[in-house]
Amino acid sequence: MSDPSLAIETRALTKKFGKQTVVNELYLSVPRGSVFGFLGPNGSGKTTTIRMLLGLASATGGEVNLLGEPMPRQLSGVLPRVGALIEGPGFYPFLSGAANLHRLDTADRYASGATRRRRVAEALDRVGLTNAAGKKVHAYSLGMKQRLGIANALLMPRELIVLDEPTNGLDPQGTREVRHLVRSLTEEGTTVFVSSHLLAEIEQMCTHAAVMRAGNLVAQGSLDELRHAGQTRVRVVTPDVESAERVFRALGLSPGHPEPTAHPGQLLDAEDDYALEAPLGDTLAPDAIVADLVAAGVRVRGFAVERATLEDLFVALTGEGFDVAQ
Amino acid sequence: MALMWSELSVLFRRRRTIVMLAALALIPVLVAVAVRISSAGSSGRGPAFINQIAGNGLFVSLVALTICIPLFLPLTVGVVAGDTIAGEASLGTLRYLLVSPAGRIRMLVVKYIAAIVFTAAATVVIVVAGIVVGAILFPVGPVTLLSGGTISIGESVVRALLIASYVTVSLLGLSAIGVFISTLTDVPVGAMAATVVISIVAQVADSLPQLDWLHPWLFSHYWLNFADLLRQPIEWSSFGSNALLQLGYVVVFGALAYGRFSSKDVLS
Repeated sequence: MSDPSLAIETRALTKKFGKQTVVNELYLSVPRGSVFGFLGPNGSGKTTTIRMLLGLASATGGEVNLLGEPMPRQLSGVLPRVGALIEGPGFYPFLSGAANLHRLDTADRYASGATRRRRVAEALDRVGLTNAAGKKVHAYSLGMKQRLGIANALLMPRELIVLDEPTNGLDPQGTREVRHLVRSLTEEGTTVFVSSHLLAEIEQMCTHAAVMRAGNLVAQGSLDELRHAGQTRVRVVTPDVESAERVFRALGLSPGHPEPTAHPGQLLDAEDDYALEAPLGDTLAPDAIVADLVAAGVRVRGFAVERATLEDLFVALTGEGFDVAQ
Repeated sequence: MALMWSELSVLFRRRRTIVMLAALALIPVLVAVAVRISSAGSSGRGPAFINQIAGNGLFVSLVALTICIPLFLPLTVGVVAGDTIAGEASLGTLRYLLVSPAGRIRMLVVKYIAAIVFTAAATVVIVVAGIVVGAILFPVGPVTLLSGGTISIGESVVRALLIASYVTVSLLGLSAIGVFISTLTDVPVGAMAATVVISIVAQVADSLPQLDWLHPWLFSHYWLNFADLLRQPIEWSSFGSNALLQLGYVVVFGALAYGRFSSKDVLS
């Protein structure tokens, strides 16, 4: 049975293209009312997952429950309650922005023709396109098309809005507007599912997140839970690097390469300072480390326990670099 | 219903559609002007009925249809039918229509009906343009039928529209094939070209006596048999067998299109 408190729930959701597994046994739980960030590098299976959620692609295995209903079996009943922007906007270039929305709105059997004009105007207003409503879409910039795509998702009151890379092609101003928009949607009680490869975006607007890597879900939870999952690190600033390293090793820590903290041209007295970092386990108390350092005659000029940022976690989970995973 | 209207308005607001209809309207004009300039080309060559034009302008429509049926009509129908699904896929609108949700079967039906409406519009445009230009350039009078009788001008306009509907029915099969091919690809030009090529192959096969056994099964077999509608009384048998054949194609390719499209992963 599906959990009614979840807007999206997948069980062992799998998609294979030939021999290649693009999405591998996904267990996704998106609570109702959350802003859920779906993170992952390009090619990690985010869009394929979204296509399966919305019934565009069939799953090779597993189940999807959308708003408590099994998909794709209840597709025609569920999708009217879902708005979506999937892998960039898609519009008729020879029609105006408003005409495009009219057209897509007619495809929804539950959308009333009597209110269509008003709803289209409201959606355009909400994304700031009122002035460009009569312009043909081929004259739109990428950012304007993106806004129009979001407007399309807002044509009807929705319980769930799926936004796949919503800030693609938007200027910083537009990105901020999207954040505002998402916030106002959640205030109305809508669940928002945002996919992105931009971590800062997710960190700024989401309450929950999941991280994909090469088709696998590698982390999922509220933002706080995810931050906790990251490693904490201890950082000491000292001129006595060798003895500090010795102390670290004696405590079972594995310090990284020491780095000078002074930049060229900085104050002289900071010249010999080095920063030494090491991941901190759960067992060791930070104050014990300081005590040991001082006992060993290390001149401690700075000491910090740093919680990993979401970015550290993201990089740790998905790997660094620009290589597309698949 | 709203989706149907929206589909038709998108189709007929496209510049491409309007240009194709205009080009088809140009053909009767060309025929009429050519005959007019050469003043009664009684050389005995050329399409059927061409010699009658100088005597009666109403024949311009028939000549123009005869010229359009083998290539121009299949070409335009191929463009529209081939574009139905693949065109939406390549624009990226297909996924938005489907998550609206338009419903896949509903989508196919709407698309197919739109293709038929276009076919009807195309043949009517040829017939009407032919009647108009014929009336301008040539004398118009009661039409002498193939069976020898004569019908009034009004009656002959009705017959012309009957022929237009015959031609529209003739192209139902090709439209269904086009829609099916359109579900196979995300590249509309490919689907259009394939549909047109199939129509040409069918006509070539129809002209090869070695393939005798195949002829009654080709969707293009009855394309030029509309002359039976110019007899008194009307000879309905070719209309009937044509309609039956086309219906067969619609059922087969409609089912194939449904089978393909209902389970297709929309990844465009």
